[in-house]
Amino acid sequence: MKVALFIPCYIDQFYPQVGQATLELLTKLGCEVDFPLHQTCCGQPMANSGFAAASKDCDKNFVRNFTGYDYIVGPSGSCVLHVKEHLKDDKHPEETIHIRKHIYELSEFIVDVLKKEITSAVFPHKVGLHNSCHGQRGLGLSSMSERVLPAFSKPEQLLSKVNGIQLVKPVRNDECCGFGGTFSVFEEAVSVKMGKDRIKQHEANDVEYITGVDVSCLMHLEGILKRQGSKIKTIHIAEILNTEA
Amino acid sequence: MKDHATLAEAFIQDEARTNWHDETLWFVRQKRDKAAHGLPEWEQLREWASQIKNHTLSHMDSYLEEFERKALANGVQVHWASDAAEHNRIIHDIIKKKGITRIVKSKSMLTEECHLNHYLEEQGVEVVDTDLGERIVQFRHEPPSHIVLPAIHLKKQDVSDTFHEYLHTEKGNNDPTYLTRAARVHLREKFIASELAITGVNFAVAETGGFVVCTNEGNADMGTHAANVHIACMGFEKLIPKASHLSVFLRLLARSATGQPVTTYSSHFHKPKPGQEMHIVIVDNGRSNILGKADFRNALKCIRCAACFNTCPVYRRSGGFSYHTAVAGPIGSILNPNFDPKKYADLPFASSLCGSCSNVCPVKIDIHDQLWKWRQELTKAGHVPLMKKIMMKGMAFVLGRPALYRFSGASARWVLRYMPFMVKFKINPWYKQREMPAPPKQSFREWYIQNKKK
Repeated sequence: MKVALFIPCYIDQFYPQVGQATLELLTKLGCEVDFPLHQTCCGQPMANSGFAAASKDCDKNFVRNFTGYDYIVGPSGSCVLHVKEHLKDDKHPEETIHIRKHIYELSEFIVDVLKKEITSAVFPHKVGLHNSCHGQRGLGLSSMSERVLPAFSKPEQLLSKVNGIQLVKPVRNDECCGFGGTFSVFEEAVSVKMGKDRIKQHEANDVEYITGVDVSCLMHLEGILKRQGSKIKTIHIAEILNTEA
Repeated sequence: MKDHATLAEAFIQDEARTNWHDETLWFVRQKRDKAAHGLPEWEQLREWASQIKNHTLSHMDSYLEEFERKALANGVQVHWASDAAEHNRIIHDIIKKKGITRIVKSKSMLTEECHLNHYLEEQGVEVVDTDLGERIVQFRHEPPSHIVLPAIHLKKQDVSDTFHEYLHTEKGNNDPTYLTRAARVHLREKFIASELAITGVNFAVAETGGFVVCTNEGNADMGTHAANVHIACMGFEKLIPKASHLSVFLRLLARSATGQPVTTYSSHFHKPKPGQEMHIVIVDNGRSNILGKADFRNALKCIRCAACFNTCPVYRRSGGFSYHTAVAGPIGSILNPNFDPKKYADLPFASSLCGSCSNVCPVKIDIHDQLWKWRQELTKAGHVPLMKKIMMKGMAFVLGRPALYRFSGASARWVLRYMPFMVKFKINPWYKQREMPAPPKQSFREWYIQNKKK
């Protein structure tokens, strides 16, 4: 199974440890992982700002880098969803469709494709799980409070096997943290208020860490936590799953 | 005019009040959840509602004609209005012809959309809104801030102050029962004296020519029972084919709106009572334009339950007025750009695209997908701030070129490490209330090449 590792641009630049954990985890799980060296960005920041038409070069570059693999896996639900829904390259329609159908967020790839559980991880901490909207409602990583359907959660399923972890849910279990891509900048006041409220809900549970499947949400929450001088740390799910005794 | 982001920032200045607004509406959302989760067939009902509405939208012409035929046969007078001005004129003509001066109106978002009150005032005609929340905001010369809970932006003491001023209640008496009684006495006088009652329409039924008006206060009924003339105003999308379809919609509407199993009053009107005149004004006002757009027509399925308002994390924290329009919230953000793309170009961006709205919607409108599509449309049409355009085009240019991206990324990290004062200033909207991410020495790619590449 040839797996291409998709490391979104801001993870590449600012959170390399998340990329490292993802790569090591996939390797541990028996995947043959390749990192296409000329990848940049999926184009989401521009597209969500109304400039999908301007991000053609990103799309083309994405298709160029990720053609020829069985699966493409990335540690970001939001970027994966964007590729799944919007990747477009008129000159390579078949390759584009293949990518759109075979790109996975890390936790769903482990649960749905590899069908594995990870029992080696050790993380003796109290951890709050943040449900990222694009992963949850867009990719269907877990059930949501709006719908009347059976409850499930792929990230929770994986985290529940981690040794020593104490996983706690905040009230308003699936409310948005307010990151929203460029929304975080163009609607700064609402974005930060949403983030502060999300943090308060986790604080009420006395958590040491907030984790999730999307580094972008975590980056936003981390920014607020640090400004507040909070002791709560953010950590990506891959970093927890990749721990060892 | 100020945009959503600016108005929202002003709203959030009063953080305690923002928290109260957020929690009040979240409470309504939770009531909705309890009601929805109490029905195992909820998702099936949503699917049926969506299909019935889709079907009706595809056959709008024939259902509208059928509705008119049946209504006329029932002795109802039917008027067609292509826009807000014509709608207002039709109503004013009826008022003028009859020499009516005492008018009551129950809740109708369509009349808000058409600015009927304002128009009639200019003609020297006073209209009394009889929905309690509507009456409160009418006293205050404010528009409603929410389509189901018009005065939800106000606290008890605000209402008390308003009633003290207009109804001469005791100053500082914030007791809800006391205030409601005062409103009741005031409104009873208006009902008894009324010559004309204007109502909205929740559902118009093609096969019967009848229509249904839902209220919790019974104010629509009080008005129409007392007055000799009843005018019901509806956007044409209120149509459903059959009376039996009400069994789907009435179950969804109140549960989605407030968490009640059904509205206290679901009143069915078919024909005028002896001696009474009944009119229906069917309004287009841009709706056929929406109907013609494949990407956006689905928004016409809306039954105005406001579940998308209550669930929206942005609406709850920015208030209805930040949307500067009659129908605010997520549904307003996809409807209003149809009417005036330039004026409402900011609204599709007033969302984190979390998708809660689309999933709470009882008629399955793809709200957040439409928000995304509107962003593309508005950008294409040039309704986008120049700075944003420069930023986005610049980003697209860099991110489309791997070598330039790597150079820029390394530079950004270098600047953050060695010259943080270059980015850490408060006009950087990220840094205003958030720290920048700590810059690592190496990008993932650099680490990969050094450590992993065979």
